[in-house]
Amino acid sequence: MSPFQSRRSIVASAIILVFAVIAFRLFQVQILDKEYRVTAENNALKYETIYPARGRILDRNGQVLVDNKITYDIMVTPYDVQPFDTVAFCRIFDLDTSFVHEKFREYRLYRRKIGYQTLVFKRQVTGEQYNMFIEKSFLFPGFTGVPRTSRTYPFNAGGNLLGYISEVDAAYIKEHPDYRSGDYVGKTGMEEAYEPLLRGEKGYSIYLRDAHNRIKERYRDGEYDKTATAGVDVTTTIDGVLQAYGERLMKNKVGSLVAIEPATGEILTMVSSPGIDVSQLSDISKYYRELVNDPYKPMYNRAVMSPQPPGSVFKLVNGLIGLQEGVLTPSTMYGCHRGYVVGNLRVGCHGHPSPINLYQSIMMSCNAYYCYVFRSILDNPKYGSVQEGFERWKQYTESFGFGRKLETDIPGEKAGTMPTSERYDRLHGKGRWKSISIISLSIGQGEIGCTPLHLANLAATIANRGFFYTPHLQKDTPESPIDPRFKERHYTMVDTTHFRDIVQGMELAINYTGGGATATIARIPGVIACGKTGTAQNPHGDDHSVFITFAPKDDPKIAVVAYVENGGFGATWAAPIASLLVEKYLKGDISPERKALEQRVFDGNLLHKVKIKKK
Amino acid sequence: MPEVNYKKLDWVVVGLYLLLVVFGWMNIFSSSVGEGGFVFSIKEKYVMDLIWVGSALVLAILILFIIPSRVYPAISWPFYGLMVLMLVAVAFVGVEVNGSKSWFAIGPFRLQPAEFSKIATAILLAQLMSKYEFKFSNPKDFIRILTVIGVPILAILLEKETGSALVYLGFLIVCYREGMTGWILVTGLLAILFFILTLVFSPFVAILVLAGLFGISAGFYQRKPLLGAAITVPVIVLLAFLPRLMRLESLAFLTRFEPEVWAAMLTGVTALVLTALAFLHRNRQLRNLMLGFLLGLALIFSVELVFEKVLKEHQRARIEVLLGIKEDPMGVGYNVHQSLVAIGSGGLAGKGFLGGTQTRFDFVPEQSTDFIFCTIGEEWGFLGTLGILIVYLILILRLIGSAEKQKDAFVRIYGWCVAVCLLMHVVINICMTIGLMPVIGIPLPLLSYGGSSLWAFTILLFIYLRLDMEKKSY
Repeated sequence: MSPFQSRRSIVASAIILVFAVIAFRLFQVQILDKEYRVTAENNALKYETIYPARGRILDRNGQVLVDNKITYDIMVTPYDVQPFDTVAFCRIFDLDTSFVHEKFREYRLYRRKIGYQTLVFKRQVTGEQYNMFIEKSFLFPGFTGVPRTSRTYPFNAGGNLLGYISEVDAAYIKEHPDYRSGDYVGKTGMEEAYEPLLRGEKGYSIYLRDAHNRIKERYRDGEYDKTATAGVDVTTTIDGVLQAYGERLMKNKVGSLVAIEPATGEILTMVSSPGIDVSQLSDISKYYRELVNDPYKPMYNRAVMSPQPPGSVFKLVNGLIGLQEGVLTPSTMYGCHRGYVVGNLRVGCHGHPSPINLYQSIMMSCNAYYCYVFRSILDNPKYGSVQEGFERWKQYTESFGFGRKLETDIPGEKAGTMPTSERYDRLHGKGRWKSISIISLSIGQGEIGCTPLHLANLAATIANRGFFYTPHLQKDTPESPIDPRFKERHYTMVDTTHFRDIVQGMELAINYTGGGATATIARIPGVIACGKTGTAQNPHGDDHSVFITFAPKDDPKIAVVAYVENGGFGATWAAPIASLLVEKYLKGDISPERKALEQRVFDGNLLHKVKIKKK
Repeated sequence: MPEVNYKKLDWVVVGLYLLLVVFGWMNIFSSSVGEGGFVFSIKEKYVMDLIWVGSALVLAILILFIIPSRVYPAISWPFYGLMVLMLVAVAFVGVEVNGSKSWFAIGPFRLQPAEFSKIATAILLAQLMSKYEFKFSNPKDFIRILTVIGVPILAILLEKETGSALVYLGFLIVCYREGMTGWILVTGLLAILFFILTLVFSPFVAILVLAGLFGISAGFYQRKPLLGAAITVPVIVLLAFLPRLMRLESLAFLTRFEPEVWAAMLTGVTALVLTALAFLHRNRQLRNLMLGFLLGLALIFSVELVFEKVLKEHQRARIEVLLGIKEDPMGVGYNVHQSLVAIGSGGLAGKGFLGGTQTRFDFVPEQSTDFIFCTIGEEWGFLGTLGILIVYLILILRLIGSAEKQKDAFVRIYGWCVAVCLLMHVVINICMTIGLMPVIGIPLPLLSYGGSSLWAFTILLFIYLRLDMEKKSY
């Protein structure tokens, strides 16, 4: 006899007890509880997803830029399909019969996997097609239609900015587990940036099926249903009318046009040309290949993604730094005889009177003047070495936002480039470069790249006399407040008092009538605008035409940059375009004496001047 | 050479075995047959299952009549070592099915070593525990047994196949029968109880219950039950009002700690004082009780940690749904919900063979393997499920009864192991389908589709039947 034999009965009793508990639970589930037998023959829950309406996108004045329209997805439950009139079916949806045959061949192939599921048969059929289908739906058992919202664009503006939505793919779902197959997500532009707001929340209805697998009734009268929550409308800072006008001005030109409200940092207009037409957005999959292969890269938002040399516009920054550093006063005079010459180095300039003061240097855009200014900043004895002086200069430019991301809410924003000491050390040998070696920086050439948005921000900073708000696209509304970082003033390292003199020069550049002013073409009747031209040399062809402006001079409402690639002088294309945009915004229309200029811009086609990479 | 008495073959067990296998095939047929009815093709599960059943019967005959039983004790160590090796190997080179890497793929056949390693473990346990000098009170023996049980558990956890690992805990019941202290089982059950209490209610409630349980038992063990109750009950009642008191402004200092921290500090200090006293007075029972209480406190405070850090996300979700903390009929709760609907819709007598719709239309996942009980519940009703339950109960109790009659300790212990393997599989599987346990994917013995499981249980069972027929000549 083994010891512990009495333990046998303890274990046996415990086993019987556990089995009794299971038996009781089975009795409860199968006999007592009616919940599991709502209908005696059969019950099965079917969850039907309710898709929320995606939030709309509005412009700053409440104009709807992106709206929803209802289309229908035709769904099929292969299990329930019976032989049907394929030809009639195809006529309704304008399909080829082979499409249907191919689909059903697949369904048969994967029938075990599909089982009882409902699948999408055809996406986005129109309301008329859906109505024709519903009338005859008794002929096509197993097919149903489900309303889905798709995007529509009542206002033809801002294709690049708005971005597109598309159905999530397997890779996306893997990274974002809260999305399911069939969901749509914003892929670019504002649709991407404001996805969490626009998306909304899905709901579902629960139905019971009967023994023949037909939907019979709502499960518990919808007690467990969940309603969908529509997405939040997002208001943008964009002015739809101005955006559309800007796109017209930039048509057939390659470049960017950006307008900012200086007092808030709100972006009024952001054109990247050539861009995507909104009619292509709603059916992006159809145009995708075409857009991607377009040599002018319409999907690319040049305004924030394309750093370029700023050209003479950058003289303003150097002037401001010189004033702050005390190496320059408004009355400092420098001579210029068609350029700046030291030894065998020569920075050319155009013919203009000499010598000139600071105001005239801005008005006439003298190159030599800024070579002097730049060298006196870097060679300032108080910094000991050129390298130290350069580092100081670089700190100033960074305080304007150059060479770094501005941290806007625009997807894909680039930082641009500012040269570093290390780079020059590599180029010339450590400590072996002088201010003259990097003299191109004085006139905004050389190793410097800023995006058009950087330049627009510069215009806004000068308009504000020394500070800027981070540019942004989302308008502050009570329903969707903006990030606090957009409400913060960023001051540059230059005292606000110095900006007055620079503004003075910019006013003269447009409004001086005595001759020599570079931007008189930007003069707007009845408005005192301030501006600065730029003509950026580049290795790709003709100079880029650049212009920054703001107006009115006192209490500025708008600051603009126009950057027209290979457009020639700043005054040729950029100045007219930027000033027309300002005039449109401030006065609502273009004055009669400038209509001819407007027409010239509309008609201008510079595409042939831009060298494109052949595929 | 032991004499084999074939007349002694336990026909009741063989009959129950055949009953389960045939009934299993019927349900597999019902849940996997297509619209077209019976099709003789190897692609169909019910045809494949016939092949498994046939080969299992051949195995059964081989074991009963050909293979001499004395090989089993002899090969116990090598067999066990080989199985552990395979368990580890499969975690690296196995194919992944439903998130766990526990299958070897050999052509179209798939083999799950975790099913077969139970046999090796059972034989080795019987071999070790049947030694004449074996005693659980000998720490060396005890640790050896725990290692033999623990190693396959760790290897199986490596494959992320939690369900099969759980089955091995059943061997602790055999250990209990063979003399291991029952406290280990009681402690395990209490740990599970307090884990659930903490999750469903709160750590605070769990501490109060723990304090009550230990306070009252301390009274009983000291033969002063009234004194124990007189101290314990008022303290717990007072503590129960703590959350209410914390809301009073005059007692705002109380909010410095969470209520469970207060409760733990108060009861913990008391327990520490009592432990110290118990040490002084050499009162071992009181000392053990108080140490147990402190361990319990530690458990309650580590529940959240275990729940958040140790468990995988899907395991956490299953437990949350089971305990009713979260409702999720679409996601994790889907399987259990559909399973309950299927079983519940069977009613008293069921919808009849092939009459089920829930299981046949693929609402219930895995309905021919882990969820086969749903098909039984739906088509055969309460009578069917109760019948199956009784068949399993008779089988298990008969095995235990028969084991107890054995003169040879090896056969007795092996018999117990077989019974316990069946028990764990049946209880875990059925409890999962009726929502009494989280979804743990293990097959229902002899009923579920799957060659590995059927083969393993056949071998397990028929080795015992063969051993049972032998008369050991001493």
